[in-house]
Amino acid sequence: MLILTCPCCGVAAEETELQPGGEAHLKRFGPGSSDDAFEAYMFARANPKGVHFERWRHAYGCGKWFLAARCTATLEVFGTYSAQTKEPPAEIVTKIRAKRPDWAGWSA
Amino acid sequence: MSTRLAQGGRLIDRQKPLRFTFNGLPMEGYEGDTMAAALLANDRMLVGRSFKYHRPRGIVASGAEEPNALVGLGEGARFEPNQRVTTTELFDGASAISQNHWPSLDFDIGAINARLARFLPAGFYYKMFIHPRPFWKHVYEPFIRQSAGLGRAPKDRDPDRYEQAYGFCDVAVVGGGVAGLAAALAAGRAGKRVWLMEQAAHWGGRAVVDGVTVDGAAAEDWVAAALAELGGMANVRVKARTMAAGLYDHGYLLAYERIADHTPGDGRPRHRLWRIRAGQVIAATGAIERPLAFAGNDVPGVMLASAVRDYAVNWAVSPGDRTVIVTNNDDAYRTALALADAGLVVPAVVDARACVTGALPQAVRDRGIRVLEGRGIAKVKGGKRVTGVAICAQAGEGSVLEEIGCDAVAMSGGWSPVVHLWSHCGGKLAWDEAGAMFRPDPARPPTGADGAAMVVAAGAANGHLQAADCLADAHAAGGGTGAAPTAVTEAEAPLEPVWIMPQGAGPALRAKMWLDYQNDVKVSDVQLAAREGYESVEHTKRYTTLGMATDQGKLSNINGLAVLSEALHQPIPATGTTTFRPPYTPISLAAIAGEAKGELFQPLRRTPMHDWHEAHGAYWEPVGHWRRPYCYQRSGEGIEDAVRREVRNTRNGLGLLDASTLGKIVVKGPDAGRFLDMLYTNMMSTLPVGKCRYGLMCNEQGFLSDDGVVARLSDDTWLCHTTSGGADRIHGWMEDWLQCEWWDWKVYTANLTEQFAQVAVVGPKARAVLEKLGGDIDLSAAALPFMHWAEGTLGGISARVFRISFSGELSYEIAVPAGQGRAFWEQLIAAGEDFGVMPYGTEALHIMRAEKGFIMIGDETDGTVIPQDLGLDWAISKKKADFLGKRGMERTHMTDPNRWKLVGLETPDGSVIPDGAYVPATGVNANGQKNTQGRVTSTYHSPTLDRGIAMALVLNGPDRMGEVLDIPGIDGKVYRAKIVSPVFYDPEGEKQNV
Repeated sequence: MLILTCPCCGVAAEETELQPGGEAHLKRFGPGSSDDAFEAYMFARANPKGVHFERWRHAYGCGKWFLAARCTATLEVFGTYSAQTKEPPAEIVTKIRAKRPDWAGWSA
Repeated sequence: MSTRLAQGGRLIDRQKPLRFTFNGLPMEGYEGDTMAAALLANDRMLVGRSFKYHRPRGIVASGAEEPNALVGLGEGARFEPNQRVTTTELFDGASAISQNHWPSLDFDIGAINARLARFLPAGFYYKMFIHPRPFWKHVYEPFIRQSAGLGRAPKDRDPDRYEQAYGFCDVAVVGGGVAGLAAALAAGRAGKRVWLMEQAAHWGGRAVVDGVTVDGAAAEDWVAAALAELGGMANVRVKARTMAAGLYDHGYLLAYERIADHTPGDGRPRHRLWRIRAGQVIAATGAIERPLAFAGNDVPGVMLASAVRDYAVNWAVSPGDRTVIVTNNDDAYRTALALADAGLVVPAVVDARACVTGALPQAVRDRGIRVLEGRGIAKVKGGKRVTGVAICAQAGEGSVLEEIGCDAVAMSGGWSPVVHLWSHCGGKLAWDEAGAMFRPDPARPPTGADGAAMVVAAGAANGHLQAADCLADAHAAGGGTGAAPTAVTEAEAPLEPVWIMPQGAGPALRAKMWLDYQNDVKVSDVQLAAREGYESVEHTKRYTTLGMATDQGKLSNINGLAVLSEALHQPIPATGTTTFRPPYTPISLAAIAGEAKGELFQPLRRTPMHDWHEAHGAYWEPVGHWRRPYCYQRSGEGIEDAVRREVRNTRNGLGLLDASTLGKIVVKGPDAGRFLDMLYTNMMSTLPVGKCRYGLMCNEQGFLSDDGVVARLSDDTWLCHTTSGGADRIHGWMEDWLQCEWWDWKVYTANLTEQFAQVAVVGPKARAVLEKLGGDIDLSAAALPFMHWAEGTLGGISARVFRISFSGELSYEIAVPAGQGRAFWEQLIAAGEDFGVMPYGTEALHIMRAEKGFIMIGDETDGTVIPQDLGLDWAISKKKADFLGKRGMERTHMTDPNRWKLVGLETPDGSVIPDGAYVPATGVNANGQKNTQGRVTSTYHSPTLDRGIAMALVLNGPDRMGEVLDIPGIDGKVYRAKIVSPVFYDPEGEKQNV
């Protein structure tokens, strides 16, 4: 039963208020893309034990999507941030690096 | 004989006798008794039978860890099986029955299993019931089901109320012993919001029984003062009878409050499940005493030493005149002193340790009680109750040195901290060699959202078994400043781990040493599992059923894994523990359900016309959270008759459908057209204002997800109709793309589904009835042609009229403000009287659309169907560079010419093909199943054509017109069907275009 703070409305929302949306920062591949690129976009998802970036929607709240950085093993939350970005904010990346020195880092 | 002592009993009120029955026998107890105490006071030693061998079982413990004394409590609708008498507060009129025996508790036929024990070893079921295979279903399973299970399920509906509530605190202190109280005091004095909960009805834990001195006062007085201080703090909430059942992610703590178990029928909710968010949890959950494994340790009268002490001190219950104590530690000597204080006889303290010199043993010796050093129990004598013990050397193999007559045996194998809450959320344990126990490893705590520890174990739960250490630890855990409460107790010498008594016992003795009482798992079973190759403790648990009983191994786990470790010749930490899972003790299913039952189970969505439908014979069908009329039954009319009447009346005259549940989403903004072109497979940006267009939505894989009519309201505004069940999902889908992918596009969406009531006015008389209502909208075919919309007033109500048809008839769908939906509907019913108006339900809707070959999302689609499969190529834009699903449709499997495609099926004899039937093909697939070449997606009796019609997805179906298929039904019949066009009725569309 996670608690994530919605960066849009500021509410610390319990999991029952939230709708999960899978991996964050996916790049969409549409018409003209190769089979491999489309397959990766459509089906290949990271499932790390450790640092992960996810999409969540404050479904029973303000209705906005946001992104969360958390550890899938310990459920530690490193931060939540706006969905209107293509990569995690620098301050969150810095915070993760400090807490998880072994982390390979974020890559698109 | 166990009996009530003439004096003492700190929890009972002798002025308030209570009457209760056990197996129908009237008995008497006192207010403050648990049912266990009262049963013992009435010399009821034998209270149940074990699960597998039906061995006689008595009360072993005094609290939640009790594995044996499970009974059926209450009567009639309040009957509840498998209740522990040790945690059941006695009340006047209580009744209990024993379980798992036939015909009676004292004479049980099933006890024959005990004589067959050597043929029923660990894994017996797995080994025995495999062959011959057909025997499992017809012989073994019915037999096992007959003899398995403990109590019987109640038959009547539960009359009690259950509820759930939310709690929030900085610190949740679990456990109402001196450790929990000290931690709560420390946190409360620091101004934190504190919850303190205790599973029992009384406070103080072991200290009040063991006569500890705290801060110079008797523990009892210190506890009373602590409770008084906590009760005076506005920031502290104190709850007895509240068990912390489980700890979950981010400090989510479930607590189970038994409000009215002891006052049944008083109007209060029986149980309350608290859903608490705690900043920090202090687990002051104490420790549980371990039994010792000696032969006959399951005979009624063999009890935990601490339980014997509890019964004597708390409830003035004597377990018998003579109690032999057997131990590997100093703490059990307190039981000898307590019994001696009560005037009872302790013939001997049998201590497995070779040399016993501590203060407590000395105090016992000073009372003239024999202390036998280096000794153990070879065997307990007696069947349904203890009659004596045979003494042997602990170091030996069980040769009897002497026999001592006694009525009870008090055993202590040391203590195990209650680490459940620590472990539920990933806290790790460390093996403490000196204490022979697993204790929380402070270096590896369960962590919360911020990565910091969210649980602190305190006191005995943290391995601090001595009162002074326990209080200091708890004070620190609560963040206490200043001096911790001090305690004075006798110093204790270290225990000596004893996992088998005597250590060299042979097979005969080991087969009588019980580890898990309820499930009848013995030392010999665990050793057998090890010999058969079970190395993992988790596997051994499941193979032997060790720890799988309702007590979840509270007494048996540590002893069991110690025996396993010895058998595997490895240290105990290498074996490890099984996983601790919530709930700590069983909680009622009713509390988990709370108020979510009956009408409150889930919210019901009602259209503005709901009550009208209800009053006019609606036969309801659930559609999402909505209820829609399936049909309107007239008196004496069957469901099918009603549906046929509604279809015929609509086709020939006038029908009304409440279409309010249809999704209505407004999409507005400078980029709205561009956005809808991405969402729909066809072009919506080119739709002229005033017109409607049918559209398809696919997911990124190209599979059809929703359909509906889109109307362009103005230059920058579109109204998208979705399926009834899809409105919320599609609105969410739109928002997902707008917020997460195209966030720079200027588009606003609003789900207006509930803002409008919508009525489909359908049939040849549709225009006539609307013109009769009167208004300022020109409804003529020239002014409002098919697939156009107009707005104005109808019958004095502002309305938006869409000329669209899902039935193939002349049809108008009219949206009015929700608040006027009922009035508008009633106007139509009244005005339609002259035209023979009838409301129709969803089944008539389905049939009419099928007669026209219109697809239904969820019938013709199942998440693997692309629009091309349904002959909807015309609705897929070839001009657009991109739309959601376009790339997915280009995949080779989707462009494969050999796909299952939509066709109609016609039966020569007019019969109706069963729903969901498959069309078989030749050969078998890799799994040996018959190959298939299609399936029926919709099938009805058509009242219009008076014969069966069906739609199906068939391999290359459109290329096989006229071919006859054999379709087997699950009714055993084979249906012949000819492949035809899916449009059965009015293929030219003449009826809708008038």
